[in-house]
Amino acid sequence: MNERPADGTVTAVSRLLGPDGYEVSCEECFARIDEYVELELEGADADERIPGFRNHLEGCPACHEDYESLRALVADGHS
Amino acid sequence: MAEPAPAIELERTDAPAAAVLPLHPGLAVARGYARARMEGVSDDPRTTRAAESQAWLRSLRATGPERERAVRDLHALLLGAARFEVGRRRAALSHVRGEELDDIALQAADDATVAVLGKLSEFRGASRFTTWAYKFALLEAGVRLRRRAFQEREVVLDGEGWKRFAARRGSPAAAAEQSELLTALRDAIDEALTAHQRRVFVALALNETPVDVLSEQMATTRGALYKTLHDARRKLRDRLVAEGHLAAVPAGNRKEGIR
Repeated sequence: MNERPADGTVTAVSRLLGPDGYEVSCEECFARIDEYVELELEGADADERIPGFRNHLEGCPACHEDYESLRALVADGHS
Repeated sequence: MAEPAPAIELERTDAPAAAVLPLHPGLAVARGYARARMEGVSDDPRTTRAAESQAWLRSLRATGPERERAVRDLHALLLGAARFEVGRRRAALSHVRGEELDDIALQAADDATVAVLGKLSEFRGASRFTTWAYKFALLEAGVRLRRRAFQEREVVLDGEGWKRFAARRGSPAAAAEQSELLTALRDAIDEALTAHQRRVFVALALNETPVDVLSEQMATTRGALYKTLHDARRKLRDRLVAEGHLAAVPAGNRKEGIR
């Protein structure tokens, strides 16, 4: 965190304000979520390959749920 | 350019989700489908992946019985993915009857099949075809399930979410600092945001209304709402940093915002 060290209030406020820095849009997230998940499961640096994707997942709960579901589904298929 | 929707009757199964394979039966379809078309192909995973994807595309773009079979296989694959999503969210939907959840999964698979067939030209091979197709089913199922879970609840557009900050404790100095930060945030919400940004920020960030619920109520899209939320967050953060309530992020990490 970049905020002053303090208490849960600062953490909660930071969560309200979302990630700072570049992030992809919901549309781009959906367009590349399959690629991101496969890169992760292959052990590649997905965040290096798709900048701003992780930031978006931290800021958008719905896209984050979609990501977790796809990752679980594909990982299950790989097992 | 989207390809036309399929003029084909999708095969339906009467088997409830729990009666089928416990995970995602579509995977078995995918494996069998690929195996049947993979004789003589290299063992290299990347080659295999590309060949599997090409086999799907070739059959889905074919005509007659081959296409009909491929569409049925695709629907089975996506129904498995939709049921997988229902299974992941079942605990939060314990008040919803199993038959209704089965129907939600089937509707999601139907719509996802049409979406995939309409977007075949957009598949670029950045992932397996099946992974690419899965996301349509998970999206369709996820949106329906979020809305269903929220159905009996009211979308609160006032500052209900502030209550979560009320119970925090600490030293008098920490309490004073918390109070100062929250006052600054409230002032920023009131003064720095437009009415639309304020409504979206309060609903999504403060009250944690699911974006798919709010998008339905406001007749807009998830992407449009998130863009509004992002812009509101940026305004609030910039103001709190300028006033000294939050530390600034190094310029190199800021880059540009969401497109």
